Amino acid sequence: MAGKYLDITGVGIEFDTGGAKFRALQNVNLVLEQGEFVSLIGHSGCGKSTVLNIVAGLLHATEGGVALEGREVTEPGPDRAVVFQNHSLMPWLTVYENVALAVDQVFRRRKSRAERRAWIEHNLALVNMEHAMHKLPAEISGGMKQRVGIARCLAMQPKVLLMDEPFGALDALTRAQLQDSLMQIQAELGNTVIMITHDVDEAVLLSDRIVMMSNGPAATIGEILSVGLARPRDRLELAEDPEFVHLRQQVLAFLYAKHAPSGQARSATPRRLTVPQGNTRPMRTQHTLPDPRATAPCG
Amino acid sequence: MNHGTTAPIDDRFQRMIAGFSSKSFVEGLLLPAIGVLLFLLAWQFAANRIDTSLGQFPGPVQVWQQAQNLVAEHRRERDKATAFYQRQEERNAKQLAADPQAGVKWRDYTGKPTFIDQVRTSLLTVAAGFVIANLLAIPLGIVCGLSAGVYRAMNPIIQVFKPVSPLAWLPLVTMVVSATYTAEDPLLQKSFLNSAITVALCCLWPTLINTTVGVTGIDRDLVNVSRVMALPWRTHIRRIVIPAAVPMIFTGLRLSLATGWMVLIAAEMLAQNPGLGKFVWDEFQNGSSDSLGRIMVAVLGIGCIGFALDQLMLTLQRRVSWDKQAILR
Repeated sequence: MAGKYLDITGVGIEFDTGGAKFRALQNVNLVLEQGEFVSLIGHSGCGKSTVLNIVAGLLHATEGGVALEGREVTEPGPDRAVVFQNHSLMPWLTVYENVALAVDQVFRRRKSRAERRAWIEHNLALVNMEHAMHKLPAEISGGMKQRVGIARCLAMQPKVLLMDEPFGALDALTRAQLQDSLMQIQAELGNTVIMITHDVDEAVLLSDRIVMMSNGPAATIGEILSVGLARPRDRLELAEDPEFVHLRQQVLAFLYAKHAPSGQARSATPRRLTVPQGNTRPMRTQHTLPDPRATAPCG
Repeated sequence: MNHGTTAPIDDRFQRMIAGFSSKSFVEGLLLPAIGVLLFLLAWQFAANRIDTSLGQFPGPVQVWQQAQNLVAEHRRERDKATAFYQRQEERNAKQLAADPQAGVKWRDYTGKPTFIDQVRTSLLTVAAGFVIANLLAIPLGIVCGLSAGVYRAMNPIIQVFKPVSPLAWLPLVTMVVSATYTAEDPLLQKSFLNSAITVALCCLWPTLINTTVGVTGIDRDLVNVSRVMALPWRTHIRRIVIPAAVPMIFTGLRLSLATGWMVLIAAEMLAQNPGLGKFVWDEFQNGSSDSLGRIMVAVLGIGCIGFALDQLMLTLQRRVSWDKQAILR
């Protein structure tokens, strides 16, 4: 189904911050085709996560709406699985049980017990985690946890995979590894993906399109950049590819020349408050972008 | 030959010394032993200087003798009971043999409850009160934790009743139980119910409050994961909410059992309900030269049982909790 697979139309949201209204998003429009990989990039607090949460159904837009395959999104569901930044595995369940919790819920009626078991193992194998199936999250590394988080989402066979800075909390080597895994899996399964990132290289490497957001308050989509690099992509070859370097520069130009971090360009804007959001949490510190408000909630 | 342990003798001696001076030995055994020994000395020293109308205050030695006496009394009483039942059985068997229609009577032995009987009664009572309280408190705490509305509605009631000493409830509980519990042949004694309900009234709050806090404090991301998976509310509570709140629930349960045990003794004393509290009160009223020693046995017994109950809960918590890294004390 080419064309409007996922349709975000005129989305805006306002938060009530103890009397004062805070407008986080204004008139966000985006259409995704099936199988497309789209990155959202922008400065901290620009409402990227808010967009993702609205698509997930965890937050409700004040105006506008989201439609998936022509049906309006009203509540969260497994067809829009979310990979959260800090893995969010249940610490009391083993790796296998964490994935099983999702699989048993989604495929309770459609698959037999044995089929579900095979499906869980298949998905763990997809992210190379079958060796640690019976370990608790506390017993595996951060990168492994994030792999399991991704396996859990893939196992739900979502129509759209939503990733909220999935590799933000990982070290550079692990991040590169997981990026490669993700590219491979996406090539194999053809998932439709929206990924939030702070990492310009990551955005260019993985995406078909890069959606660059302007700074909040009342953030919206500034520019959309098509990435025409041929797949499969290889990070070593791309590093010297002129097209890659050019795309990278365009993203940087958007972020620093046109929409400099609000601390410098927007000193006159009203003081930002902590916005109550569905999954507000302090930012991890691994930015690729220098951020004057590193402790502000990730928007 | 002794393969493997061919170390020379002086080396083994060294290792023995090392064992005695190792940190775990000093911290785990030696220091507590020194503490207890100093306490016993101080106790003996003080006891020698306190004269009461019932004689000198008992020192550790007298108390130890009384403890042995109490156990011996219990044995004697058991023997008497066994003998009583044996006689009754023989008598009835003889009557039945003479006349199969004879209306034989089976009576219970009505001896004086011994110290150990009282301990058993107290343990049963505190268990009953604890179970009643937590069957209510845990579900209620989960509801309060999940719904801010319910919490707001419940909060004033919790805050007002929480600081009430259960002893203030005792007269009310007694009156209500005797008014409403009027079964012909009661399964449970009224005094047992009085104590259990009073204990329950004070066991309720620590669990309720800690469960609420535990449920409210669940990681937002985990709740969002559950929402994305579209777990039905039952599964959500069973697989996400309860496991996440288990550490706090157990904190509540331990506090609850500790307060329950303290309150029980006081309630038994005040209401003359069977149990350790009544034992203490009876000994006090009895006023023999042994009384103080026997009360002291009860005091130490109450303390040891309270400690054992807490350790029991701690073991249970370690068994149940998923967070094996957590340091529990």
